[in-house]
Amino acid sequence: MNFIQERLLGGKNGMIGIAILAALIFIILPATLDLFRLNLVGKYLTYAFAAVSLVLLWGYGGILSLGQGVFFGLGGYAMAMFLKLEASDPESTKIQSTPGIPDFMDWNQLTELPWFWEPFSSFGFTTLAVILVPGIFAFIIGYSMFKRRVGGVYFAIITQIIALILTVLIVGQQGYTGGINGITDLKTLNGWDIRDDSSKYILYFVNAILLFGVIFLSRYVLTSKFGRLLLAMKDKEDRVRFSGYDVSNFKIFVFVLSAMIAAIGGAMFTLQVGFMSPSFVGIVPSIEMVIFAAVGGRMSLIGVVYGTLLVNFGKTMFSETFPEFWLFLMGGLFIAVVMYFPNGLAGLWDKHGYKLTNCIKNLQCVNVAKAFIDSKRKTKVDVAND
Amino acid sequence: MTNTDFTLAIEDLTVSFDGFKAVDDLTLYLDKDELRVVIGPNGAGKTTVLDLICGKTKSTHGSIKFRNEELTTLAEHEIVQAGVGRKFQTPSIYENLTVYENLEISFPSGRGVFGSIAFKCTDEVDKRIREIAGEIFLDTFLDMEAALLSHGQKQWLEIGMLLIQDPELLMLDEPVAGMSVKERDQTAELLKRICKGRSVLVIEHDMAFVEKIADKVTVLHQGKILAEGDMQTVQNDPSVIEVYLGH
Repeated sequence: MNFIQERLLGGKNGMIGIAILAALIFIILPATLDLFRLNLVGKYLTYAFAAVSLVLLWGYGGILSLGQGVFFGLGGYAMAMFLKLEASDPESTKIQSTPGIPDFMDWNQLTELPWFWEPFSSFGFTTLAVILVPGIFAFIIGYSMFKRRVGGVYFAIITQIIALILTVLIVGQQGYTGGINGITDLKTLNGWDIRDDSSKYILYFVNAILLFGVIFLSRYVLTSKFGRLLLAMKDKEDRVRFSGYDVSNFKIFVFVLSAMIAAIGGAMFTLQVGFMSPSFVGIVPSIEMVIFAAVGGRMSLIGVVYGTLLVNFGKTMFSETFPEFWLFLMGGLFIAVVMYFPNGLAGLWDKHGYKLTNCIKNLQCVNVAKAFIDSKRKTKVDVAND
Repeated sequence: MTNTDFTLAIEDLTVSFDGFKAVDDLTLYLDKDELRVVIGPNGAGKTTVLDLICGKTKSTHGSIKFRNEELTTLAEHEIVQAGVGRKFQTPSIYENLTVYENLEISFPSGRGVFGSIAFKCTDEVDKRIREIAGEIFLDTFLDMEAALLSHGQKQWLEIGMLLIQDPELLMLDEPVAGMSVKERDQTAELLKRICKGRSVLVIEHDMAFVEKIADKVTVLHQGKILAEGDMQTVQNDPSVIEVYLGH
């Protein structure tokens, strides 16, 4: 019990924070929003996985990755490949020149399924692939960077380039990947229609539960000695190294873990939105993820969820009214956060939140006092009346 | 090179940076339980020698053997795990963690990735942390953020972070730099206490402090050993006087 309270929920304050967020996501939003808006929130919450992954990697590890979209995208594409294969059974694709393969392959004159698509007809394999493909990819990148002690801005640039390369690759190989349109027209998951209303509700809640699972897992890792070592490395990497730790292994681990977390978000994105395309892989979405984390507070697992929701609501609202201004606003927001409140919303809450809670407490006291005085008065009046 | 009884045996050690030999054919032996002080003018190569021993700099040629184990081919963390601890010149501590957490992180268990996630601060670890904190005069500061310590206290904390690993060879780079007179005396006393059961290699500029602690002094000049012996002999050596007072 103590373990759960201290290590997973983050003590008393952490518990309150988790409870408020859970109430918002599980009760308030589903009760007040219509399905269209709720589905939008569900989409935003998949980005929150990437934001949480950046708390581990960037907030604690001090490693800025401008390529989290790569892992988000790989997770999303793995799920999309499974769904696409299921949607491309010979019956529904009989008008194609080669029935039984995804439509975009047929348009690109492919006559048989490429070998790397084959295993994705198994749901078990796909579930593993959602986590392992980005994990292994991150391990290869992390191993080759961190063992050579590449870090800081160089690492950020390299991850950004990887995001660019992957986008170019996906767009260029459209026969295998669906190209710029991505993988679309996804219908069912093991025969279960993911497009109807009830499944949208179910997917929203599955996504929310997974998000909390990921937050608990991250909290468990960050409250261990591993978390303190990450902070120590951010401050004095050499001291950690000369205290007998192999620093690169720690960085590789946190990079791989963050990649896997982002990938779960990607897979849930595909399920809820119904398609996956390169526009969620490249540089822009990767940087947006960093902005979500920065606005929410890169040291706060809970804060980044709010950050993600707020920025995305803002994006939706503004791009509906002033579409051309949104990018400027986003850039301005990022600069403002970095310059004026580097710990984001969570930092503001830590600094000023107590005023609000005090205020509420005072209100309660005032109410109690008022009630007390009123009751006294009433008895007096009663006595006088008698 | 043959095996020896020395804790540390450095032989023919050379490192050259673009042709400049910072350490030139250095041979130095350190006995078990010996406290050695290395002095020398600026640029003599003192810090470079420590960098070479702890693996921060790779040697051009020569050998460094610690308990007959060759160090020049090991990675930094492996050298530490073999039992070599090193304090840096400017206090190198984790400013955003508390004194307690600084010591806890330095405790030599859970050093792998998964080990560190599973690491539990047991009573034994807690006891050891408090014991070390007492030794370095910081037992009442355990919950203080390390950034708020005074400069001297930071130096002690770093020494404590090494002590908790119980290294067989402890290397200290200017441990009393920036300390007050009182703190210097306390540090001298601390060093005398902690050098029992281990070898200590100290780099220092402060002659009064060196006199207080040294059994044996090595004078480095331009990457080479100029003189070696007890403080008296070294201070009266004409070549040493020439280097320090000449020009």
